[in-house]
Amino acid sequence: MLKENLVLIGNGMAGVRTLEELLKLAPDAYNITVFGEEPYGNYNRIMLSPVLASEKTIEQIMLNSEQWYVDNGITLHKGKKVEQINRARREVIASDGTVAKYDRLIIATGSLSFMLPLPGADKQGVIGFRDIKDVDTMLEAARNHQHAVVIGGGLLGLEAANGLMKQGMDVTVVHLLDTLMERQLDKPAATMLQKSLEERGMKFLMEHSTAEILGNERVTGIRFKNGTEIPADLVVMAVGIKPNIELGKAAGLHCERGIVVSDTLQTITDPKIYAIGECVQHRGTAYGLVAPLFEQAKVAANHLAKYGIAQYRGTVTSTRLKVTGIELFSAGDFIGNDKTEDLVFKDAASGTYKRLVLQDNKIKGAVMYGDTVDGSWYFEMMKDGTDISAFRKTILFGQHNLGDSGHNPETRVASLPDSAEICGCNGVCKGDIVKAITEKKLFTLDEVRAHTKASASCGSCTGLVESLLAHTVGGEYSATPKTKPLCKCTDYTHDEIRSGILKHELKTMPAVRDHFEWKTPDGCPTCRNALNYYLLCAFPTEYVDDAQSRYINERVHGNIQKDGSYSVVPRMFGGMCTSDQLRAIADVADKYEVPTMKVTGGQRIDMFGIQKEQLPAMWKDLSAAGFVSGHAYGKAMRTVKTCVGSEWCRFGTQDSTGLGVKLEELTWGSWMPHKFKLAVSGCPRNCAEATIKDIGVVCVDSGYELHIGGNGGIKVRVTDLLCKVETEAEVLEYTGAFCQFYREDAHYLERTAPWVERVGLEKVKTAILGDAANRKALYERFLISQQPAQIDPWKARAEGAEANEFTPILIEA
Amino acid sequence: MSKWIEVVELYKIPVLGSRLIKTRDMDIAVFRASDDSVFAVRDACPHRGGPLSQGIVHGHTVTCPLHNWKIDLHTGGALAPDRGCTNVFPVKIEDGKVYLQLVTEDEASAC
Repeated sequence: MLKENLVLIGNGMAGVRTLEELLKLAPDAYNITVFGEEPYGNYNRIMLSPVLASEKTIEQIMLNSEQWYVDNGITLHKGKKVEQINRARREVIASDGTVAKYDRLIIATGSLSFMLPLPGADKQGVIGFRDIKDVDTMLEAARNHQHAVVIGGGLLGLEAANGLMKQGMDVTVVHLLDTLMERQLDKPAATMLQKSLEERGMKFLMEHSTAEILGNERVTGIRFKNGTEIPADLVVMAVGIKPNIELGKAAGLHCERGIVVSDTLQTITDPKIYAIGECVQHRGTAYGLVAPLFEQAKVAANHLAKYGIAQYRGTVTSTRLKVTGIELFSAGDFIGNDKTEDLVFKDAASGTYKRLVLQDNKIKGAVMYGDTVDGSWYFEMMKDGTDISAFRKTILFGQHNLGDSGHNPETRVASLPDSAEICGCNGVCKGDIVKAITEKKLFTLDEVRAHTKASASCGSCTGLVESLLAHTVGGEYSATPKTKPLCKCTDYTHDEIRSGILKHELKTMPAVRDHFEWKTPDGCPTCRNALNYYLLCAFPTEYVDDAQSRYINERVHGNIQKDGSYSVVPRMFGGMCTSDQLRAIADVADKYEVPTMKVTGGQRIDMFGIQKEQLPAMWKDLSAAGFVSGHAYGKAMRTVKTCVGSEWCRFGTQDSTGLGVKLEELTWGSWMPHKFKLAVSGCPRNCAEATIKDIGVVCVDSGYELHIGGNGGIKVRVTDLLCKVETEAEVLEYTGAFCQFYREDAHYLERTAPWVERVGLEKVKTAILGDAANRKALYERFLISQQPAQIDPWKARAEGAEANEFTPILIEA
Repeated sequence: MSKWIEVVELYKIPVLGSRLIKTRDMDIAVFRASDDSVFAVRDACPHRGGPLSQGIVHGHTVTCPLHNWKIDLHTGGALAPDRGCTNVFPVKIEDGKVYLQLVTEDEASAC
């Protein structure tokens, strides 16, 4: 088949990112030709400010060398401006007469500095701040001249002014309004920013409107509308950008402020022509930041690769100022309205200011000055719509204040030394991450994970890695997209897929993958395990479990250890045991020469160092002695930890051990989104540590307190009190109902603690407490799901189920 | 080259699963993909020697159960950005039976 021709106009970040995404999806689909007006390869435009400030060199901000274009078979016409698009003949014509035919065309012409139409604006030394040429002009001026004036006190203007000041110039910023960066900051933050810039030597003329630029050939000064004048050898106009739509307009494409595109980034006039980046207008918005443009690139590439399932629905953006030593962050609606509330922290002496705009206990916007470490955290919660009522009192003090052992107060990521360990699971230091980000030009969390493994295991350091990314890339790093797809095989989210399974009665994995147009035939380890669970949860009596979509631990009902051997945990209900049971375990340990035994944190006995082929025989013996599997290796209910309770303890108020046994008999064998643990304490001394379990029962004189959503793992979280009940029967019913609600609502691999934080305690309370009928229905569904689940997998394996799995093939030769 | 050895009937390898073959020198994992193609690689992840036979198969790739490295079953090579590779052994299907060639470690192709 003949390859189609794809032409890209504009060799900038948006266009080239689209090509990179396209090459990942469909490397051989097109003959690709790129036209770039600038005489360079592709560079990181958002890093021009650090170049101007001499913190980086041009080489350091190049993204793709010319060799990259060669390696990928892309024809690059650099330094050639496309002057015409002939839509009838489907070709583009460049200034030097080069003609390129296209089947599909991408316009990524970016934006231009908005130049004020002032008298004298055409004089030498009057420039914008957009490209390497502008930076060169500024550096040149700094060598030979003294006075610089920057018109515009926005993000770009202040970055330019800072750079020029660093080059030794005397810089005045002229701004029309009375506060700086009014599109990103509220008044208190803007005032603090202005003060610290003034301390560095920057001068400001606020509420000044320029009337005329003075001079003969070269600029010599500026006159304002109020009649005053100041000297100037260089004038940088940074009053905004305008989408560069001339070419699109001339080609007859519908343009408003930018070239108007649909949710697939196709121009609404001509579907063969795509437009992307700062030159486009999508649902009324034209973006000037990098995160949206990367999201757009992904969608356009998906469409170009003819998958056609991705859609762009707009991006929530955040801003940081790339001026070294000034920490500033803003996102969302930071002004608010009469329906919103403010949380404000201001310490003028230390130069710290934080403001969160809330509506219904959800973050709508944030402005931070001086201390922005938690910016990414707030931003994530804002995008996810997290209910913050549980930690509203401390939220302004940051993530490390949540009693979170993973982030101690010292983890102020910017001030950490390079040797500081960021990811404890994989032993990755700050220096490694920063090096990978700069050398490999990484922009997204996923890329950092892939290259460094940081935050790729338990994920507790995700916030830190995102902060590092934001600090290192300097500005608008490519934040996690608004909605996270289940995995790379699909664009749909966990929730969309779960509700689709129920709504369309999709009862097999291929049916789900067909319905949601999976990109891979078999799925991947992430989605296969998740889908297997979702189907099992939705159709407990019908769905046939898929062993090959389970992690090895669940497939063979043992815990794989680092040398490939397994460990085995017999279930001891409520931690109770008899001398006969202990003897039986000891006999099995002798017979199979178990090298190590250990009592676990959940009051069970773990036997280590078992070879896989020994497992069925060993289980047979354990089954014969009356044991079932402890499920200590599954995304399943694991243990019910107990204290001794009223039977022996001086303080025990209820039979906590007996209740623990009943709870374990109720819940054992149930598959869960993640591992799931219970505990019952006989009195508020809480010897069973019930307040860090997924469900904790604390017995008191008058009944039972039910606690939920605790976690003693990576990120310690104390439970929330769900309610208090009076009878054991109620404990069982409420527990079953909670289990089922969690099973049906949480994402696969989401433990109860983050789930409760994500959906909010109120939602859980409403489901369990608000409506007795609903609670009973949940409980009923849980009991139904338990009927096929409470079958001892060990007994089944010992009797020969999946025997192939355990029998190696021996070859003598 | 050494001779072809019949090791197992194809239907006895679960689809998207594996069988473990123990030889005098080493363990070899034989995988069956969803398109019924069969692969044989040394049962040791290039990362820390994890048993690839116990991993999850997807496409023509297996994910190591220990630390989630992904190994290309055609070449034995780890998928980028990880690096390293394990040996690949010649394997074929005839009359529903899987045959393996037990080449020495030096002869076994590896990327």
